[in-house]
This record gives sequence, C-alpha cells and structure tokens, in this order.
Amino acid sequence: MELVCPAGNLPSLKAAVDNGANAVYMGFRDDTNARHFAGLNFTIAKMEQGIRYAHERNARVFLAINTYPQPNGFLRWQQAVDNAAELGVDALIVADIGVLDYACERHPDLARHLSVQASATNYEAINFYHEHFGIRRVVLPRVLSLSQVKHVVENSPVAIEVFGFGSLCVMVEGRCLLSSYATGDSPNTFGACSPASAVEWRETPQGLETHLGGVLIDIRGEGESAGYPTLCKGRFNVGKETYYAIEEPTSLNTIEMLPELKAAGISAIKIEGRQRSPSYIAQVARVWRAALDASEQNPNSYKPEASWLSELSKVSEGTQTTLGAYHRPWQ
Amino acid sequence: MNDFQPKLALGPILYYWPLDTILDFYERMAETPVDIIYLGETVCSKRKLLRTQDWLTLAEKLAQTGKEVVLSTLTLLEADSELKTLRRLCEQKDFLVEANDMAAVHLLEGSAFVTGPSVNIYNSRTLKRLADFGLRRWVLPIELSRDTLADMQANRPDGVETEVFVYGRLPLAYSARCFTARAHNLPKDDCQYRCLDYPDGLTLSSQDNKPFLTLNGIQTQSARSCNLLNALPEMKKMGVDILRISPQSKHTEKVINIFHRGLEEPESVTEGMKRLQALMPMGACDGYWYGRAGMEAEVKDRI
Repeated sequence: MELVCPAGNLPSLKAAVDNGANAVYMGFRDDTNARHFAGLNFTIAKMEQGIRYAHERNARVFLAINTYPQPNGFLRWQQAVDNAAELGVDALIVADIGVLDYACERHPDLARHLSVQASATNYEAINFYHEHFGIRRVVLPRVLSLSQVKHVVENSPVAIEVFGFGSLCVMVEGRCLLSSYATGDSPNTFGACSPASAVEWRETPQGLETHLGGVLIDIRGEGESAGYPTLCKGRFNVGKETYYAIEEPTSLNTIEMLPELKAAGISAIKIEGRQRSPSYIAQVARVWRAALDASEQNPNSYKPEASWLSELSKVSEGTQTTLGAYHRPWQ
Repeated sequence: MNDFQPKLALGPILYYWPLDTILDFYERMAETPVDIIYLGETVCSKRKLLRTQDWLTLAEKLAQTGKEVVLSTLTLLEADSELKTLRRLCEQKDFLVEANDMAAVHLLEGSAFVTGPSVNIYNSRTLKRLADFGLRRWVLPIELSRDTLADMQANRPDGVETEVFVYGRLPLAYSARCFTARAHNLPKDDCQYRCLDYPDGLTLSSQDNKPFLTLNGIQTQSARSCNLLNALPEMKKMGVDILRISPQSKHTEKVINIFHRGLEEPESVTEGMKRLQALMPMGACDGYWYGRAGMEAEVKDRI
C-alpha cells in the first residue's frame, strides 16, 4: 500500500518525502483546493521545487483541485488544471464534474483521482466517474465500515485510497454545508470548513467560549484543551443534555488495521493534515512508514508498537483516536 | 415572459412519520395546488414503514389525481441492499426519478432524470455534461446564491428545467452516524426507530439556548426554515421553472397555499410573509439565496 502524505508547504513536503511517503499531495494558494487556509499551500515556484525534490527521491506528487467552482470562478480552476499539467504533477485530485471534464478534454494523459469531496461512497458512483472521466483512483469518504470498504474494492474498476490518520469528518465529504450555514463559506465553495475568520473566542466566568459565525459552539472549562473549533465538534444542547451532539474532537487512526486494509485490496493510505506543521508531518510519516513496512513483512503477526501509538496520540486532535466508521459501533 | 408561471413542487418527506400519517398526508396533498410531488425515502434505508412497492402504489394513486409524481432516491448509499432498492426505482419506467447520488445518475443515464439538491451541480459545465446524460431537471444546490443561479440560467442547456428549494428546513449534511440514535445513547444498529418520535426532527441548540440545527437521523438540517416567498418575483424573472416546498408535520397545506397565492397575486407576498412566520417551527432564514451565511434571516430587507 502506498503512503500518501499531506504537504501544506515546502518544508512539510520535504519532511514527508524524507520520512518515507510514497506520494505527497498539495494545493495552490487559493480556493481551488479544500485546505484554503491563510499562509498555506504553494506558489508555482515553490511547487516546482517541491515536485523536483519529490521526484528526485522517487516520491510522486498529487495536486488537489478539489473544490466546486461556480461560473464566475471557473476560469481559476481551469488555470489550476493547466498549471498542474505544465508543472508535471503525477495526478490531479478532483471532485467537480466540470473540472474533471475540462481536465479530460485538455490533458487526457494527466492521471485523475476522484477526491473524497466527490462523495463517492459506492461502486455505482465510482463506475460513473470511471466510465466518463477515466479516473484511476478514488479516495473514499470516511463513512464506510470495513466490510463496506471491501465490497467497494471488490466491485470497483479503479484503485481505492482510504484515510488512515488525522482529522475526521463525521459527515460525508462534499455534502456538508454546516460551515456555510453558519459562516457563508464551506469546503465546497471556499475550500475551508469553519474558517478562522469566522471564529471568535470570548473569556467568560463560565469558561472560554468559542463562537463561529456568531453561534456559540462550545464553552471550555479550565484544563480542557481547545482544539481547532470545527463546527461539528462543538458541544450543544439536545433535549436536556449538553454534549458533543455530533462528534467528539477525536482523530481517525487505523494503524492497527493495516493488514486488514491490505487484505481488503486497498491501494493507498492517506494521511490528513496539510494544515499541520512540518514536524508533525515528519513524525506521522515516520511512524506510518514503519507500520506499513512491518505490516507488509509480517501481516499475520503484525501489531502496532506501543511507541508508535503513543507518538501518534500525542499529536492527535483531542488526544483521543478512533477507528471511525471502520469500527461498527461508531456507526 | 409575463405569462410565465413557475410550478409548485412538494419535496420528499425528510422525516420518519407513521404509516397512517404518511398516507393521510398525501391524501391531503392531492387536494392542494402543487403540480409535482416527490415521493420516497431519501434519508435512511432503515425507514421501511413504506416499502418500495408501497411507494410505487402510492405514486400511481397520486398520478391518477393529476399530479406529476417523481420518485426520490436515497442520498447516502453504502450497503448493497441500498443499491438494490435504487436499481429497482431506476429501472421502472412509469415515473421520472430524482437522483440524489451519482450512483443513481449512473443507473439513469440515457433516460430522462432529475437531480436533487445533494447532487453537486455548481457550474454550467457540470450542468451541460449531466444534460448530455439525460438530465431534464436539476434542483439548485442548497448553498448556492441567486447570482450563481443567474449565471447558470444564462447558459442553461435546452430542455433542462431549474428547480429551487424555496421553503422548509434545509438539508445540510449526511453522515454514516445517526445523531438521533446518539441523542438517545443508542447504537445505529438498534436505533429503535426513535425518528418516529420527532415528526419535525430533534432540535440542537447552542449552549445559550438558541436553536441552531435539527437532527433527523443521519441527516442534519437547519433549525430555521428557509423561506424565499419574497424572492418569487425575481425567480420568475430568472426563469426558475419549479419551486420546491419541503414537507413539515403541520401546516404544509397552508404553506403551499401561501406560495400558490404569491404566484397568482404578487401583491399578496407581504401578507404571506407575515402568515408564514407563524407556521415555521423555529423562524426563517434566507441567507444562501443572497450569497450570505445560510442561517441569516431577512437579508433582503438589509441589502
């Protein structure tokens, strides 16, 4: 299985490649990709350097152009596709049918992967994108159980990539508008969920309040760690209870399942986190490289080492990890 | 253009209601001035008080009353059993089908079909490509604005109708997880059909007790109801063909009648807006239409 690591900037790209990534994925510095955060992503010049660095070390480079352009911005997405082709990336990661169509027409030989943002959760949807847009790989949304993933792999004409580690979307990616409902900007339209510009913190006697788009999404008491205030990971009132009504602030971690994922026919494991620091990327890539190597060598006796787990849990959001949808009770 | 009159559509019931409630509801809907009725389960495949065959029987019955019936399909398809139901709906030839996932688009290719609000058609190139496959009507995705719609209308392929979600709680997100079951500390596998207890969903509020979202099984909706009644004149001008009203457990007929009157007598809109206020469970919002945060309300009066 290929290890696909995030690269939010050149130092992160180098960290990923140096620590064993088989491929890195990145984006341009605008709303054409789903990690459109201030100070993140690549200019053309940096991207050239990054691609050279990766290719010289036998790592591949994927470029995410995975948001949904509207008519008045469509040219920007076209330009991004043209730039990617010019730069010589190894594959595009695309969600929108219009963008896929443009890429097929203009750059038919440039490989196309279907982004998780396209919400393809079943093989009929994958067949659609394969037949008409020649996708070679699909990244599955983080909502399927292991048996459902297996079933998709068995019936899919293309390679399957799944998320292995990092932040967890509890909603089907590409179909979640919670962020734009509160702030006006969503992953689909703007390339960011719960954008920082809409976040406001207020110190109150009850604790540290977090507001998003003016909505109170959490109050943290003393000693409670405050992760990034993503809307779905806030605490709300439902009935008489106040709790994480949608999702706890946990991270996905499937490291213990590597032999099962391999047996299921998964081609690549994706690490989330283009917004994270180079040192985070280095640490996570190193652990996952070791884990993948160990699971390939001895799938039957594979067991994650305690040191890997403690390293990963140190950097995880909320310092808790979950198997997410792979774990049946979660569903 | 002055003679152009959009049609009214009733969207699929997004909640889980008892069997008799559903049958009674559609008996009443047959008497209302809606032109089109979307039928079927779009949220959760565990909701089986009406089976596929029952929906088809109901569809025939409603078609006999002169309504155009469209069969709506599931939005989040994971299990093989869900694909099986989807195939059955897509293979029948008596009714048009609303695709809510690309799987349905794939199965419907080559014949006429409709896409619902969860199929991401955000630009003209996507619309054109899907029209090549047989798309005959599309529902504007929930988060898109009137400006984007105007651009889309300017390049709309021939023979494609545009529908806009004009009234009801907005479907905002879908998950593998069931939030209604979670609220009762039940696993999804043993949810005990708690959705039946919430005919308009379960309200989620911020900790300062402001209603924010509505939990509806695996679907998350807005707490506020989208209301675009006072945008009807501009929708007419833009050539919007169909206006979708989303069912709620109470007052749906009244809502339909207010929109119907709004189309026939544009001067009734001001009074209609006042009357609708009393019919919405948690107040109104209209931000998306004006390119703002979806939950914003009465944007028209502020811009």
